[in-house]
Amino acid sequence: MIGAVAAVGSFAVSPAMQWWFPGPSLSPLGRQIDDLFYLILVITAVTFVGVQAALGYILWKYGSGTGVRGVFTHGSHTLEVVWSIVPAGILLFIALYQMDVWAKFRVKSLFDPDALARPVAEVTARQFEWRIRYPAPGKVLQDTPQFDDLYTVNDLHVTSGKPVVIRLRSDDVLHSFYLPHLRVKQDAVPGLVIPVWFQCDKVGEHELVCAELCGWGHYKMKGQLTAQREADFQKYLDDLSKRQFDDGVPSAPKEEPQAAAQ
Amino acid sequence: MSTLNPAGLATHEHEVAHAHAAHHEIGFVRKYVFSTDHKIIGIQFLITTLIMFLVGGSLALGVRWQLAFPWHEMPIVGRMLFSAQGGAISPEFYTMLFTMHATVMIFLVIIPILAGAFGNFLIPLQIGADDMAFPTLNMLSYWFMWPAIACFMSSFFVEGGAAAAGWTSYATLSAIPQAAPGSGLGQTMWLLGVTFVGFSSMLGSVNYMTTIINMRAPGMTLFRMPMTIWAMFITAILQAFALPVLTAAGFMLLFERTLGMSFFVPGGLVVNNAPATIGGGQALLWQHLFWFYSHPAVYIMILPAMGMVSDMISCFARKPLFGYRPMVYSIAAIAGLGFIVWGHHMFTSGMNPALGMTFMVSTIMIALPSAVKTFNWLGTLWGGNIQFTVPMLNAIGFVSMFVVGGLSGIFMAAVPVDIHIHDTYFIVAHFHYVLFGATVFGVFGAIHFWFPKMFGRMMSESVGKLHFALSFIGFNCTFFPMHMLGVAGFPRRLADPYNYPYLEHLLPLNQFITYSAILMGTAQLLLVGNFAYSIFRGRKVGRNPWNANSLEWTAPSPPGHGNFDIPPVVYRGPYEYASPLVDEDYLMQTRFLPHEDRHADPYAEPH
Repeated sequence: MIGAVAAVGSFAVSPAMQWWFPGPSLSPLGRQIDDLFYLILVITAVTFVGVQAALGYILWKYGSGTGVRGVFTHGSHTLEVVWSIVPAGILLFIALYQMDVWAKFRVKSLFDPDALARPVAEVTARQFEWRIRYPAPGKVLQDTPQFDDLYTVNDLHVTSGKPVVIRLRSDDVLHSFYLPHLRVKQDAVPGLVIPVWFQCDKVGEHELVCAELCGWGHYKMKGQLTAQREADFQKYLDDLSKRQFDDGVPSAPKEEPQAAAQ
Repeated sequence: MSTLNPAGLATHEHEVAHAHAAHHEIGFVRKYVFSTDHKIIGIQFLITTLIMFLVGGSLALGVRWQLAFPWHEMPIVGRMLFSAQGGAISPEFYTMLFTMHATVMIFLVIIPILAGAFGNFLIPLQIGADDMAFPTLNMLSYWFMWPAIACFMSSFFVEGGAAAAGWTSYATLSAIPQAAPGSGLGQTMWLLGVTFVGFSSMLGSVNYMTTIINMRAPGMTLFRMPMTIWAMFITAILQAFALPVLTAAGFMLLFERTLGMSFFVPGGLVVNNAPATIGGGQALLWQHLFWFYSHPAVYIMILPAMGMVSDMISCFARKPLFGYRPMVYSIAAIAGLGFIVWGHHMFTSGMNPALGMTFMVSTIMIALPSAVKTFNWLGTLWGGNIQFTVPMLNAIGFVSMFVVGGLSGIFMAAVPVDIHIHDTYFIVAHFHYVLFGATVFGVFGAIHFWFPKMFGRMMSESVGKLHFALSFIGFNCTFFPMHMLGVAGFPRRLADPYNYPYLEHLLPLNQFITYSAILMGTAQLLLVGNFAYSIFRGRKVGRNPWNANSLEWTAPSPPGHGNFDIPPVVYRGPYEYASPLVDEDYLMQTRFLPHEDRHADPYAEPH
């Protein structure tokens, strides 16, 4: 009795204000994930309240201590059939309804073909940082590092408003590439190269979290995703290229990246 | 030894008498330490696991301290243990804390308290046998716990410290000694410890299956067995089929670490600025092998509690169990489905997305037998004459919390939603609702329920009720808010989550959780105190203090060596409460009613 009341009570606290999603999803797929979450939340909340209320009512009704002898029954075939088939239908619906979004997130043939053909960067996780390798401006990312690739750490820049693909690797142990504001999570597995796509609709900096235990410094493996407009992103790559190939000789830096681009 | 042969009854009596005679000759060590008596072994398991429960709980409070007050000096033990860091927990030690908390709670508390303590104590008593089929194996199954405990506990003191790769010990963190301080000798000792508890479980499992199949009392047909026995039986089968995979995987990892074999580490890695010396393995293989055991193990950790709760609910509703056969079938269904859902732990691991879909369907469907069980418990309570004893309160707590844990599982079974909440506090909330909210409350109930049979005395009702109330409130205040943390994207296993600005505002909520956890932890002292006090000072009771039906209540409290002074013969199922055939509101399985035609022949199948 106390139990059921406390359980229902604690449920009432649940839609508490800030203890919820880290802001509305910044990606279209993330919004679909949130919608699926709310669908399941509605179904489970109705079930939860129904079952706990039934439990509370039964305990109140038959626990009054009047000592009336219990009903001598061993069950009901009809009830068993009903409460097997109804939940089975609901559960099957939930399962099948999820397939579409999952396929969009993970099945490679459903990725945006342009984004898949030109991955924006290779992200290599290692203890305890994210190493990022971009192809030189205008070039396509190769499987193996090229001499003109651009490197940076813990700051992944992408173009906002369109699907982008990264190639996710790990150098040492398991890590997980988690963008909480975009609802994207993918483990980085040593020995595998996993393509991950996402689309960030909001220009700005968003947190990149390591979500798989990777050692003592797991908690500080913090990165960021910087979503920029196309032009800003190209400018960023150009600047990065300039900085990377700056050998300190005043006249040289201008030519090197151009030579690389040819 | 009982058989189903009615002509063997006389022999049976003779054997019991003989067993009693033998009992008087054995000394203290054989009787209480290296005992082969299933009741003593069960009680040994119970007391050991209760101590380990406090150890595991203390480790959890260490984790909670760090999450509420990161890098603050720990009260009481801080100066003693972490003087080098000014009394604060180091990030290395934090990873060891949660790894060993889970290890202790899973391998040294929940599995052995269900199968080891209650399985041992109840199986022969409830089926009407004088002991287990293999008493020596039974003794060994308890004593194999101790090398495991020694491995786990001493690993804190070796170079690098205890294992720190999570209780899942995912490769390659666990496979490469340079990957973390705890991946050195501590990880090797962890693997040895898990192998030892594996021995313990396997010896128990073989014994339980053999005993239940072969040693039931005359008339104890399969469908007259209490739900506890059905659950223990199915759990033993699960153990027997799943455990070899973990043992094999453990040895593979051990050989990889010590002999330079290669199973899980792919080539070309650079760990801690040193190239790994081995290669050619596949990191996901460990996850598949590990979860192929550890998902069935999740059911090993709840099915016996479901069985015991069914017994308690029927007894204290004073009403037959609603839908006995559907209850048995749903346990079997959970166990069967339990073997084809392991991939749901790996949705974000990068395995083939088609596998994600199939594992999602099987996982969501496992909610079905769980729902059937819940509805049947409600059906049992409906129309009963409910008595709010301590076991009953805890059993109701089990049902109520199991509903929460079951429903929150659907969120994670749904692959797209799991992408966001995977490896966050949502999963932490979910499995604590199942394993603590359900299983541990079921165990609390079972301790109070069968204590009079174990020791011939009652535990204090008022202390028991206080313990239940504080545990229940503390539990919900601790774990319910974790659902919200998970939705907010609060990852688990971070020594300092507030390093991320989007999590900073969750610190006060975490402090509330920690205070609740301290309340819940402190409340357990009531249980331990009540338990220890009642062994010596509890109110003495007779054979059947709860007016229950099953066979253990026909034996003396506590039962002597050989269990039954009157060899039991079974005439009906264990849930004939409120039967119109008798005036009392219970009808024991052994009571013979001459006018009860259908069940007069103990060898006839019911229905």
